Amino acid sequence: MILLASRNPILRWSWIPEQWDSRIQPALLEHIQLTLLAVGIGFLLSAVLATVALRYRWTVGPITLFAAFLYTIPSVAFFGVLRTTALGLSIFTVLIPLTGFTILILVTNILDGFRSVPAPVREAADAMGLSPARRVLTVEVPVAIPYMINGLRIATVTTVGLVTVAAIVGQGGLGALILDGLRRTFWTPLTIGSVLAIVLALTFDLLFVLLRNWLTPWSRAQRS
Amino acid sequence: MSTLKAVIMTDDAQTPAIRLRGVSKRFPGAKEDAVAAMDLDVDRGAIVALIGPSGCGKTTTLRMINRLIEPSAGTIEIEGRDVTNQPAMQLRRGIGYVIQQVGLFPHRTIAANIATVPRTLGWEKARIDDRVRQLAEVVGIDTAMLSRYPDELSGGQQQRVGVARALAADPPVLLMDEPFGAVDPIVRGRLQEELLDLQREVRKTIVLVTHDLDEAVKVADRIALLNVGGVVEQYASPDELLRAPANGFVEEFVGEDRSMRRLALATVGDLPFEPGPVIEVAADPAAGLAVIDEHRTDWLGLVDDEVFLGWVPRDQVAGGGALADAQRYLPAAQVAPSSTLRSALEVIMTSRTSVAVINDDGRFRGTVTLERIRGGLAGDLDGPAERAA
Repeated sequence: MILLASRNPILRWSWIPEQWDSRIQPALLEHIQLTLLAVGIGFLLSAVLATVALRYRWTVGPITLFAAFLYTIPSVAFFGVLRTTALGLSIFTVLIPLTGFTILILVTNILDGFRSVPAPVREAADAMGLSPARRVLTVEVPVAIPYMINGLRIATVTTVGLVTVAAIVGQGGLGALILDGLRRTFWTPLTIGSVLAIVLALTFDLLFVLLRNWLTPWSRAQRS
Repeated sequence: MSTLKAVIMTDDAQTPAIRLRGVSKRFPGAKEDAVAAMDLDVDRGAIVALIGPSGCGKTTTLRMINRLIEPSAGTIEIEGRDVTNQPAMQLRRGIGYVIQQVGLFPHRTIAANIATVPRTLGWEKARIDDRVRQLAEVVGIDTAMLSRYPDELSGGQQQRVGVARALAADPPVLLMDEPFGAVDPIVRGRLQEELLDLQREVRKTIVLVTHDLDEAVKVADRIALLNVGGVVEQYASPDELLRAPANGFVEEFVGEDRSMRRLALATVGDLPFEPGPVIEVAADPAAGLAVIDEHRTDWLGLVDDEVFLGWVPRDQVAGGGALADAQRYLPAAQVAPSSTLRSALEVIMTSRTSVAVINDDGRFRGTVTLERIRGGLAGDLDGPAERAA
């Protein structure tokens, strides 16, 4: 056991420069790409769904229910089942579940954002003769932005974690390193994959906080 | 000012700034009208208060004027023009609107909030900036605050900004829905004063919804008292409403202390003065004694060529020395023509002497007595017209 540990440390530093170009960097980039695509597409879909929900109030229930249903599907099963379909090992096998998982978080946060617009603010906008479109774009969306960004933060951090699971269908970005480490009982790729996934999640989180502060100088006034 | 007013008055005779004819509203699914066939004329440059118990449709009426609520029947004209003849959005840009919760845009600076309508109307930036600064001054907002956000301001300041925003494009008509309801009584009183000051400057036609009779009496030229279901029970000047309630509902609404409210409404200047027990300081002491006896009082007032010198007790006058040498008591027992009858009454109740009315420049105008005040209350005091002039 002691011998094993010395030959197979938690992290063998020399492995990093050896494998950076061929494995680590591509995995990292794939991870970032999958995360951004999933959250980006998820946000667009959620914006559409939220618009429908705000426009036709009765759809709020069904839309939320549908999003919650997607969210509850075990990720391993979702990836696995799609692999057996015509999608096979294409990127869609990974992207569809990843996107689906973001929708509940994003739709509820977008709706919360619009609900956070105080009724008097909406009334004042109408009373000053802003058109409904202008009211939504120049008043309601800006006021809803902190909620939207919070949704994006949670969705992104969650997605960074979920992408690793997609390694079971061969596309997991850093997950591939982790899976490789597990299969070979070789800890170094597992450690690198995990640490990078964590760092990536924290980086996205920080970027969103900075983005929110930059976009909403007015809410610093509220916070202080 | 008086010529301007005369011009406005003649105009008023032809077209009121706002005219409601048979305006009613029934909300979908409601069994009763929220507002029942209302007729109401608002004169140009006047402040009209809509007041009444909850459910009387006062806010509904206000919102029908700028079509935030569409009437079920009837016509509303602004400056002789039917409000339904133009797109609602365009109409609203020409009507200022102030609400209790202010509704400032939290994500925009104070300057940007004030600039909302001018920006929508496509004004040039320089013109907008000028206008914003001008309005900040008019409503008493420090220009250093213009770059701040609404959450950094106090409730009173926010409401001032709300008023500035409503006035930004210089609309002829201003609608205010309980504009001072959310601030504490001291700030409310100050904002009411400021509204009156502002109105002297901008001369808007203002319709104001309130549930506070004192506020209505204080700021309005005319009050429309509404009953449940949007029925106008009385539409009259504050003094008339208090002096001659049209029916039992109005009488109950204005309360048993309506005479006291009128005291707060009218000023000493609204009453005819009486000379009172006052004499020239150079007069013969015996003549002074005669004046005291005639008024059945214990104090004699002395004036020197219209300047009031003070009160002298009877024994000093009876002593026979020159009146100029008598010991005088000046301070307490005097009021200004602009004092309310309420404060005059307070002075009368707490003074041993008669109460002198002294102009701001110190000139003696006469005395005010309990009898005069009582006599005034029996007649038409019409304070607001006096104040508006």
